[in-house]
Amino acid sequence: MDRRDFLKATAGVAALAGTGGLSAPALAQPAGARTLRFVPQANLANFDPIWGTQYVVRNAAALVWDTLYGFDENLQPQRQMVESEEVSANGLTWSFRLRPGLKFHDGAAVTSKDVAASLTRWMARDSMGLMVRALLEEIVSVDDRNFRIVLKQPYPKLLVALGKNSTPMAFIMPERIAKTDPFQQISEYIGSGPMRFVRNEWVPGAKAVFERFADYQPRQEPSSWLAGGKRMGVDRIEWIIMPDPATAASALQNGEIDWWENPITDLIPLLRRNRNVRADIADPLGNIGTFRMNHLTKPFNNLKARQAVMAALNQEDYMRALVGNDDALWKRIPGFFTPGTPLYTEEGGDILKGPRNMELAKRLLAESGYDGTPVPCIIAQDQPITKNMGDVTADLLKRIGFNVDFVATDWGTTGQRRAMKNPVGQGGWGMFHSWHAGADCINPAVYIAIRANGDGAWFGWPNVPAVETEVNNWFEAKNMDEEKAAISRLNRAAIENVVYAPTGFFLQYQAWRANVSGITKGPLPFFWGVSKS
Amino acid sequence: MFAYIVRRVLATIPVMAFVALFVFSLLYIAPGDPAAVIAGDQATPDDVERIRASLGLDRPFLIRFGEWVWRILQGDLGVSIFTNLPVSTMIQQRIEPTMSLMILTLILAVSVAIPMGVVAAWKQGTAIDRTVMGFAVLGFSVPVFVVGYVLAYIFALELDWVPVQGYTPIKQGFWPWFRNLILPSIALGTVYIALIARITRATMLEVLQQDYIRTARAKGAGQRNILFLHALKNAAVPIVTVIGIGIALLIGGAVVTESVFAIPGLGRLTVDAILRRDYPVIQGVVLLFSFVYVLVNLLIDLLYTILDPRIRY
Repeated sequence: MDRRDFLKATAGVAALAGTGGLSAPALAQPAGARTLRFVPQANLANFDPIWGTQYVVRNAAALVWDTLYGFDENLQPQRQMVESEEVSANGLTWSFRLRPGLKFHDGAAVTSKDVAASLTRWMARDSMGLMVRALLEEIVSVDDRNFRIVLKQPYPKLLVALGKNSTPMAFIMPERIAKTDPFQQISEYIGSGPMRFVRNEWVPGAKAVFERFADYQPRQEPSSWLAGGKRMGVDRIEWIIMPDPATAASALQNGEIDWWENPITDLIPLLRRNRNVRADIADPLGNIGTFRMNHLTKPFNNLKARQAVMAALNQEDYMRALVGNDDALWKRIPGFFTPGTPLYTEEGGDILKGPRNMELAKRLLAESGYDGTPVPCIIAQDQPITKNMGDVTADLLKRIGFNVDFVATDWGTTGQRRAMKNPVGQGGWGMFHSWHAGADCINPAVYIAIRANGDGAWFGWPNVPAVETEVNNWFEAKNMDEEKAAISRLNRAAIENVVYAPTGFFLQYQAWRANVSGITKGPLPFFWGVSKS
Repeated sequence: MFAYIVRRVLATIPVMAFVALFVFSLLYIAPGDPAAVIAGDQATPDDVERIRASLGLDRPFLIRFGEWVWRILQGDLGVSIFTNLPVSTMIQQRIEPTMSLMILTLILAVSVAIPMGVVAAWKQGTAIDRTVMGFAVLGFSVPVFVVGYVLAYIFALELDWVPVQGYTPIKQGFWPWFRNLILPSIALGTVYIALIARITRATMLEVLQQDYIRTARAKGAGQRNILFLHALKNAAVPIVTVIGIGIALLIGGAVVTESVFAIPGLGRLTVDAILRRDYPVIQGVVLLFSFVYVLVNLLIDLLYTILDPRIRY
């Protein structure tokens, strides 16, 4: 019995009930239709979206804190807290005016001083924020509602930076809170978003509660992802942490929860057989699986060894290991950018296309001078995505001729080990798996894994000047054609030098009770517009 | 007796000190980095390093250990790296569900397993005996989570008698509290019932061979009196010992049971803390569990004097 069969068997909890409408109402309905019970992807272990950049923190924070701009479903930044903006002819001075009537949950008005302090803290932690900070002359609070950002040189992507949904987002906090050191955790959770955080009901690892903020002033436009009017259809949202997928599936069928953010793919057929449950794709931007090699240590410090992996790597193997036989859930990507987004390109991706070439891979490995040095593969077993990809990788590398040192560990240890630059044998590593949300792979500004600036790059520390040149060209592009041209060249350079090996593009599901309406697809769960009948 | 109790309580101090040193050292040498977990997957190595420094994780072992011990001596378990909440507050939030689960499981196990063991010994070699022993083997063999899933499927989803998951504090009423704990306590209690039933049967078989049992029978004592008054009382010492040892089994089982039934207890807190490397929480919870275990064993030792008057300290 393999993992998938086992899960199906244990989640038979869900199966039979789903076939005949056995999911009668739960005995306990602690609140009525005004309370939405939501099972998030992970535990909300901290609640500072600048200090801790996990997606789950960002998702909760989007309820409590608002942003100056917000991405809509076309990935364009739209005004959110801002009423108007103006940029000077030389592109150096941006003038902003806040909407009237904005209030924090403690009743205080949102002022430009709060904005300045919040942006200052955010800039210290965010990759785009750091770029803005490098160009920043000053942030001037003109009066309560008006402020200016003065730059040393033009930065056309400023509104993208302020409105992007990748972590950390530029959330606006009261000045006294925003003055906290960006590497220290805040201790007050006061925002100006549509819901307020009920701190005294927060049990980390078990429950987090949000209540509607009566004084929130939604925009008049229809909501679209993080943009538009954030009108709440419920008064209270309870986040219930459920580490066990079979339990969550049962609870959803039994009506004990209303919405489950990330049911595992294996359970979807069971859930769909229940007439009271709906399931659909959660985020159309999906995820990109990564095979991250260490460019500093043997054998992957040699380009030919990295290319050997690219020549033999079959994305279908990886994707089937992740999503099974549901072909709607994955696709090959001979590139690095999110399919379906404006900058997606396959330029230079031939090595990832067509039948896999094991002979070429073996030849490249031989040409690399590989001497049989063990390759420590750091595989987190507590994350189904990394575990499944790791099993495929171990087999792949062995078939190519690598001496695999399979290090089965957990995600926490992977986080520590991958940061080590030591040689193999002294704690160093050869490769690890991870994955990136598609929303974080739409352009180089939010895509830290594509950067190839050596010591400043993400783990593995690729050093490919051609990639960095194109990143800069993209930032300086004056129109979409120039952006696309830069990204095409970047994609080619990144594949030729194997910044990392993409293992495929995959989607994940979300599931909810049939009496819940208004759930949309997006890179994070959007609670505005969601209601229960 | 009083002097003995004082001696035993004082003896817990070096035990707890050893546990503290052991746990702290183990966490120090164990791989894993809370700073990397906090920073998230998009963080740069520099970000991770700065967070590590801000948490004081880059300081020498002895300094960190000294500070931790000093705080413990003042009754301060520290603050969680992740939640920024005092560890004592987090334990306080979680202790009721775990204690409720363990107490209910203990009551269930003792009240079911001892009669089962007694009857099996009485009916040795019969179908009843084989059934009880078969259940015991099954109870040992089937993992807690499988029992949990099966129970949830039958009684929560099929019959809709009880909820699948969750916990209701007892202050919100006995029935809601009890209803949430029925399945978890049965799931957790299965292995415990098997253990106690087996030891009860074995001990009873030994006692039932004794001369005084034959004498009681010869004097015309009824079967119930022989089993529960004469035999069981004399078999009680090993049974109580196993119940005490089994507390560790319950603590381990609670971790799994709380995950399967989404009960916000100390077991899940421990697992979450270990996976995230939340050192202050791990240290606090392990110290607490150790203290409870030492305390339970002290109580068991004291119980011996009541069950067997020949034992004197």
